Amino acid sequence: MTATTLFEKLWRAHEVVAETAETPATLYVDLHLTHEVTTPQAFAVLRGRGLPVRRPDRTVGTMDHSTPTVADELYGRVPIRLESAARQVREFEKNCAEFGVELLGIQHPDRGIVHIIGPELGLTQPGKTIVCGDSHTSTHGAFGALAFGIGTTEVGQVLATQCLLQRKARTLAVNVEGALGAGVTAKDLVLAIIQRLGVAGGTGSVLEFRGSTIRALSMDERMTVCNMSIEAGARAGLVAPDEITFAYLKGRPRAPAGAAWDEAVAGWRGLVTDPGARFDREIDIDAAGLAPMITYGTNPGMSVAIDELIPQRPGDLIHAKALEYMGLEAGQRMLGQEINTVFIGSCTNARLSDLRAAATVLKGRHTAKGVTLLIVPGSQRIKREAEREGLDRVFIEAGAEWRESGCSMCLGMNGDLVARGAYCVSTSNRNFEGRQGVGARTLLASPITAAAAAIAGRIADPRELLA
Amino acid sequence: MDPIRIIRSRTVVMPGTNIDTDQIMPARFLTTTTREGLGAHLFADWRYDGAGRPIADFVLNRAEAVGCQVLVAGRNIGCGSSREHAPWGLYDYGFRAVVSTEIADIFKNNSLKNGLLPIVVDERTHGWLVEHPGVEVTIDLEQRTLALPDGRQVEFPVEAFARVCLLNGVDETGYLLSQQDAIRAYEARTGK
Ligand code: SF4
Repeated sequence: MTATTLFEKLWRAHEVVAETAETPATLYVDLHLTHEVTTPQAFAVLRGRGLPVRRPDRTVGTMDHSTPTVADELYGRVPIRLESAARQVREFEKNCAEFGVELLGIQHPDRGIVHIIGPELGLTQPGKTIVCGDSHTSTHGAFGALAFGIGTTEVGQVLATQCLLQRKARTLAVNVEGALGAGVTAKDLVLAIIQRLGVAGGTGSVLEFRGSTIRALSMDERMTVCNMSIEAGARAGLVAPDEITFAYLKGRPRAPAGAAWDEAVAGWRGLVTDPGARFDREIDIDAAGLAPMITYGTNPGMSVAIDELIPQRPGDLIHAKALEYMGLEAGQRMLGQEINTVFIGSCTNARLSDLRAAATVLKGRHTAKGVTLLIVPGSQRIKREAEREGLDRVFIEAGAEWRESGCSMCLGMNGDLVARGAYCVSTSNRNFEGRQGVGARTLLASPITAAAAAIAGRIADPRELLA
Repeated sequence: MDPIRIIRSRTVVMPGTNIDTDQIMPARFLTTTTREGLGAHLFADWRYDGAGRPIADFVLNRAEAVGCQVLVAGRNIGCGSSREHAPWGLYDYGFRAVVSTEIADIFKNNSLKNGLLPIVVDERTHGWLVEHPGVEVTIDLEQRTLALPDGRQVEFPVEAFARVCLLNGVDETGYLLSQQDAIRAYEARTGK
């Protein structure tokens, strides 16, 4: 047997029909995650053709993108503020009921951001192919699953056939060595990787994150890294499963149990890139030299270490246009830049460990005057867990708004928006123009950097606030 | 879907680099439950001011943009969100092809499934097109060529199967549905 990569193994195990020069492969999908925004037109196609969902047992729905984060709206005490969002929620309920798809619906105790609840419930497992009509499906690759985002037409195809037409991706190894310094998080690591690769650097490729730094990361941290693979243009991100993965999954409600667990783990152990296997490309990252990162521009590749100056790029019109939108200047220091809003949430950084990290900075402190701090847990489970630990009290005493779970201000579809021209330090994954609201200026950072900014009212080095 | 073979049109040039799908179709328009009518919201935040009035010098608001089917975008287009609303909006507006040096994977897939040709050309050709807005180009999907007004022809790659589907107006879902036997056999073999 020739040495093969993890990607190759995952690919081969799911080939229903292999690819040829004329036709792409037909690839089997083990788990299809769905949400309210990218499915209505797909269900309409099924209805139009008179087709059922082929495998409702492999399909799970939740609601996250347009759902309210205010409890009164969520629990129906007052109507959902946005009529368009309310309509989408109702339509998804109807579609799931009609087609027999399990729905962790608007008031379900297991509801949450689709990429957070998949792992949390143990639905996400090594060796699976996982798709969702959402680009951050790459998150699930942290478990050694081949997971990628698809469009709505493809959602319809998976609903109808449990398969997708796919061309094989190229492979890119991201080798990360060295220990992350105090106050330097997985978010900072992935921002540094995207800065190195560029926002199109991963196009056509599946990234496999490897090396001692990656092996030392917790599952939450690996998810943060894989989540943002798409921001380098990659089709998917992967981390080989190991003892940390198995320990995370053991006992989760939808994970295998008993004898099935032992059998599953035995199979998962083979999901590694063989020694000597060749990648199409490799890059090396030194983690030890990294500092907390922050973005200054309008794509996730435009970032600097927090104590660096915004680079000068004479003649680079893109750079100039981004800075104009952001109201920042080349050569300016990011430290000390005034900010208005802080958002701690999203599928990148709204897991319990992220909230705990933010709490270490916020505990006993208060947000600066005029700063709005919005903290939105990634799922209802995380919300309950955080409240059990008393994190909600730390947040509220620090002046934060503590909400129900959902995507919220990551893309502002539910009406949680950043004001025009305002600066928002956000733990989410995209700083595109208008992403958090028309004219909003997003600065991407880790939860502790975001928390430090909320306290200072300006960009601050979180390392100075860590006890 | 209607078959596509030749697209002959003047170009609209939008030179921004890394145009993401949030720009093409801002999130607040994703609450629709149909695919029609999205052309009205295409590039909404660049096209209209805060009061919803068209911004006169934005390229899609200029008279010469009317009827153009080919969008020449700056380097790398379609990164970000998987929203198919982006190609739906471009198609609904009237575009049939998008030309750039690099096109993000999900956007490329979504476009091919909706009769919008994603065309990747070399830097030189791209540079020329950006510098010459409004020229008439001819795209031949059968030959996989883009012809410039001076007669120069450049080849572009297009996934073989998607090309056949587009040329014949066949939809991929039908092809997948025709593989039921293979899918059943796979499920039986793997215990899925
Ligand atoms: S949190 Fe943001 S990035 Fe994640 S799924 Fe929701 S909208 Fe997408």
